[in-house]
Parts: sequence; structure tokens; C-alpha cells
Amino acid sequence: MLKQVFKRPQKAKIFWENYFREVDDLGIKSIGLISFISFFIGGVVTIQTARNLSNPLIDKMYIGYATFKSIVLEFSPTFISIILAGIVGSYIASTIGTMRISEQIDALDVMGVNSLNYLVLPKVLAAVTFYPFLIIISMFLGVLGGWVAGNLTGMILTQDYLTGIRYDFEPFDITYALIKTVVFAFFIATIPSYFGYYVKGGSLEVGRASTQAVIWTSVTIIVFNYLLTQMLLS
Amino acid sequence: MIEVKNLYKSFDGKPVLKGISAVFETGKTNMIIGRSGSGKTVFLKSILGLITPDSGIISFDGRIWSKLSLDEQRKIRNEIGVVFQGNALFDSMTIEENIMFPMRMFTKKTLAEMKDRVNEVLEQVSLEGVNDKFPAEISGGMQKRVALARAIVLYPKYLFCDEPNSGLDPKTAIIIDNLIHDLTVRYDTTTIINTHDMNSIMEIGEKIILLKDGYKQWEGDKSQVFFTDNPDLNDFVFSSHLFKRVREIVQKEGKFKF
Repeated sequence: MLKQVFKRPQKAKIFWENYFREVDDLGIKSIGLISFISFFIGGVVTIQTARNLSNPLIDKMYIGYATFKSIVLEFSPTFISIILAGIVGSYIASTIGTMRISEQIDALDVMGVNSLNYLVLPKVLAAVTFYPFLIIISMFLGVLGGWVAGNLTGMILTQDYLTGIRYDFEPFDITYALIKTVVFAFFIATIPSYFGYYVKGGSLEVGRASTQAVIWTSVTIIVFNYLLTQMLLS
Repeated sequence: MIEVKNLYKSFDGKPVLKGISAVFETGKTNMIIGRSGSGKTVFLKSILGLITPDSGIISFDGRIWSKLSLDEQRKIRNEIGVVFQGNALFDSMTIEENIMFPMRMFTKKTLAEMKDRVNEVLEQVSLEGVNDKFPAEISGGMQKRVALARAIVLYPKYLFCDEPNSGLDPKTAIIIDNLIHDLTVRYDTTTIINTHDMNSIMEIGEKIILLKDGYKQWEGDKSQVFFTDNPDLNDFVFSSHLFKRVREIVQKEGKFKF
């Protein structure tokens, strides 16, 4: 499958049109939900951390520090990717699956179009190039949400929070998060495409394929999250 | 001309095509008929290259499919137009974009040239003014015409139609049949139609092949249908009282002419 996907597109102009449409469908349309989730989860992380670091001997800035590390290292790259696997994965599997059962993929094939390349490559490229931006937005809004929640509840002062997020700052943390994002984006685009492309039957099977796609994408992300963390951080 | 020799195909050990051979002539409407489950669709999809047969030879004007490279096979695919049973129109594209799609993929025509050709083929299938509509916004008969228009837009050498009348009312079905026949003559294509619609067979069946249980049971033209003693064909074609009566009249007159 991947050999056909990564062949040179038959018509560059059509490929780029499809690429920008996929950036819109898979990425830009997810910004709202991802921003909303990130902002509020950032707030929750701050409140929970503050509640657990109630010892007066522990500096308050560690609340900001813990929030920043949680958001940047794990929440944004991994859990936002799992959320995207749910939103985008089911969308990809069901659209390609519907094209399969309604013979639209057969129509592409008999015309001489490399259907895997035509349908899947723009999705893969859109996910791999756009999701890092989405994750950066998520990181920013998560940390911002933490600051707002900390301020509103009075659990941490702005100065302490800012000191915390700058404390022991490792630029490699961002690199590590973005490497994970790119790998997960690849899975989010390819695994659901596989389930949709090879579906057989009718609408019930498309629904099942969509569910299977989300499950397997999530499982793959979780497993690779562990493997990549061990490879890059240990 | 499309030639098929000794085509075999089985699924999970169950044979579906059992050594079918046939010649489909250029400029004629060739029909594959048979009951549901007779192997028609598998046969058609095997010729189209959508299913890989277990053995057998398929050649397009002497070019043997299995001996061609992927690029050479794609070249032949550019010469093929297909009307699928469910039309297979791209539902995210307008009618114009659907018909234009093969030209955009495989030609270097300008947008104006492509639009001219779209309007030309829409006129040929008697469908105008629907360019900006989406497939879901037009009727089943109109969708079939659009599918035909898309199939002929690149001047195909081979035209395949899988159950082109399914889901259509009898009047529209006859119109679609005649349209396919007209286009076959106009473009001098090798047309293969997969059907079990008796009206189609009688209307445009210039060459008919009957499949049953994976075997070719009969071959002939529509006039011969009335005079054959092949039990499988008679069982399939003259299962209704109406057609039995028509056969009696034709046999009495000694010739087939409507």
C-alpha cells in the first residue's frame, strides 16, 4: 500500500489542490476544538497540580513548571493526537470507505488514476506538515489556560507561573514533542486510510472500519509514544 | 476488439468463472447476460483489471493485459470508459468537475477547451444546464447520463456498462440503451454491457453472451434469441408470459423484426 501511496503524483496541480483541501479538512477545521480542549485542560492541570503541591515548603513556581512540562511533553503531542485520531481518523476512514463501496475508487482505478496516491498522499502530507502547527497552538493555549485558571483561583501568582514555565527550560522538549507529533500525524493519516480503502460490504462495514481505524490508530499512538519517549529521552 | 480466452477465477476455493472465452467486437454493443450470481460482474471486472483472474488471457486489440507493464496498463485504462452500476460519480465534485476530471488528469487541455468538451458531451447525452449541480441534486436517470458523459469524454476505444438500467424506469432505461448504442456507433467503441434487462437485450443486443454458473452457455445476436433451442437461454429470456408470447409471434412469422 505505502509503495503506491508514495509514488510521484500523476498531476502536480491536482495534487496540490487536494493537499490544500486536506489541510483545511484535517487541520484548520480542527483548530477550534483543539484550542478549546487545550485551554481548559491547561487550566485543569494547573488546578490539580496546585492542589497536590500544597506544602508551603515547595515553591509555587513548581506549579507553572509542572503544568508546562505536562502540556508540552505529553498532553499536546500525545493526547491531542489521540483526540485527532478520533475526529480525523473516523472522517478519513468513512470518506474513503464510502468511496470504496460506492465504486468511486474503482472508477479512479479504471481511469488509470493511482487511487492510493490520489487519495492518501495529500492526507499524509497535510497531516505531517500541519499538525506540528496545531500542536504548537495547543501548547500555547494549554499553558495560557493554566495561567488563567491559576490567576482566577488565586492558586498561583503570574510572576510565579512565568518563573515556573521558564525554569529548567529545555529546547529539546519542544523538538521531542514535535518529532512525536510528526510520527503520530503519519499514523493518523495512514491507518484510517488503510481501513477505509480496503473496506468490503456496505454502510455497516464502513462504520465498523471507522471504529476499528480509531481504535488501532490510538493503540499505535500509545505504543509509539512509549517507544519514542524511551528512544529520545532515556 | 477485446478477446478473452479461458478465463478462470475463484474466490476462497469456490470457482466463479470456469474457462470463459469470448470475442467482443468493435463498433458493436456486446452484452453479457445471466442471472444474479452467474459470474457476470466478476467477468466484467476481470476484463477491466479490477479483479485479477486465476488464469486466462485478456487482450485489447492484441495487447495482452497480463504481459503489460503497469504504465502500459494505465495507458489502456485511459482508453476505457466505464459506467458503473451505481454511477460512481464523485459526490464532492459538481457535474462539470466530474466530467472534466479525466481530462484534467490525463490531458493538457486548457480550462476553456475542457469546458467546451464537457458541454459537448452533455449535449450528446441530452443533458444541459446541470454543470454546477452536484450528483445528489439530480435524478438517477440524469446521473446515469452524467456517468455516460464522463465515460466518453476522452473518446474511449472501449466502453463498459455495468447494469446501466438498474433503478431506472422503463422509458428512461430505453433512452439510456439507445444512447449507449448511438455512442458506440459514433465513437466506434468496443462496448460491453452487463445486464439482465430483457428490454435492453432486445433493443440493442448486437452480440449476446449468456453466462450460467461460471460457464458461457450461449452466444449469438438478438434475432437468434427467438430461434434457439438452448434450454438455459430460453429459461432465462422467456421466463415471462409476455416474452413467451412474443417468441411465439416471432417464430410464427419466421423472422425477427420490430
